[in-house]
Amino acid sequence: MSTETANAGTGAAGSADGERTYSVDNPAPVIAPPRARTGKTPKATRGNFEMHTWLFMRLSGIVLVVLVLGHLLIQLVLDGGVTKIGFAFVAGRWASPFWQVWDLLMLWLAMLHGANGLRTVVNDYAERDNTRFWLKMLLYTATVFTVLLGTLVIFTFDPNIR
Amino acid sequence: MEQPGQSGTAEPTTSGMITVTFRIRRFNPEVSADASWEDFTLEIDSKDRVLDALHRIKWEQDGTLTFRRSCAHGICGSDAMRINGRNRLACKTLIKDISPEKPITVEAIKGLTVLKDLVVDMEPFFQAYRDVMPFLVTSGNEPTRERFQSDEDRARFDDTTKCILCAACTSSCPIYWNDGQYFGPAAIVNAHRFIFDSRDEAGEQRLEILNDKDGVWRCRTTFNCTDACPRGIEVTKAIQEVKRALITRRF
Repeated sequence: MSTETANAGTGAAGSADGERTYSVDNPAPVIAPPRARTGKTPKATRGNFEMHTWLFMRLSGIVLVVLVLGHLLIQLVLDGGVTKIGFAFVAGRWASPFWQVWDLLMLWLAMLHGANGLRTVVNDYAERDNTRFWLKMLLYTATVFTVLLGTLVIFTFDPNIR
Repeated sequence: MEQPGQSGTAEPTTSGMITVTFRIRRFNPEVSADASWEDFTLEIDSKDRVLDALHRIKWEQDGTLTFRRSCAHGICGSDAMRINGRNRLACKTLIKDISPEKPITVEAIKGLTVLKDLVVDMEPFFQAYRDVMPFLVTSGNEPTRERFQSDEDRARFDDTTKCILCAACTSSCPIYWNDGQYFGPAAIVNAHRFIFDSRDEAGEQRLEILNDKDGVWRCRTTFNCTDACPRGIEVTKAIQEVKRALITRRF
């Protein structure tokens, strides 16, 4: 929480000689509450965006439990575990549209789920509007980049690459 | 948690009096810009409440100690404060229940402007409360008799009618603490009280208000509010019920 007390000019007031600086007629500034309405306070929002993201988190979470646990089981446990994974293994799996859809769905849901989770964390913890904006821009850029790159790979994968 | 069995272990005497140290967060803007802890030691009955101790300190030791209290019996909700790091009503907290063998810390509730010592500016809290229209809205002519309601309809929102607006829940909410415009649990509880009232007709409007970016969807379900409520209201459950109403309304 922001603890700016706007007394930067009275640097000496911090310690024991505060008595000399503040009096009944000149009280110290108090810390403004976060919810104080100011000119910069955003207007109430219309629309259901937050509801849809909230619902998306629940639904994608349920689907991801199946997708991710299944993915981990296949990749790391069954059929000799992690040692079997190689170019041939991936090429063999992506020959089937089922696994293409599985991986594509997992990529999109996991990225959007994680990005939205981080978005709420940034919204909750960023103190200044500028910090919040740039952190979210960084987050969105990384998300879009990863999703697009992954999608491109899944759709254009060529097992006969040399 | 505090064990009731521990009571009296701190220097028990025949009269039940114990010596307790109260570590109180003092702030006086007319003296200093900084808040500081101040210790007060007094001999007090372990079955007395924290509010009694604050009175004793104010009357006998330091008259400048400032705090709010009105009814002193857990009804008016004036004396919510952070006692031993938890939001409670000073008038409902017995000294024997909060480990009096160690210093008992008392500070103002968080997330609101501290005006002096334990007194905070409640205006943002009540602003959020007013925003959800906490009053009966009906249409048509006023009936000549009371508005009937079945026992089941009344029971639907019984829990949230118990709110005394002490701000213990809202000022325990980490989302409310941070730099946001979140309505806070208390406002949502009081919206819940009318949204689920069968006599009220503005439930849709209130749901639309709480559908805001800073409405119920900012709740992270940390249950701080339910833990803090001195009236035992299941605050988080009420918030979740509002979320469910918002979703079932649309789908």
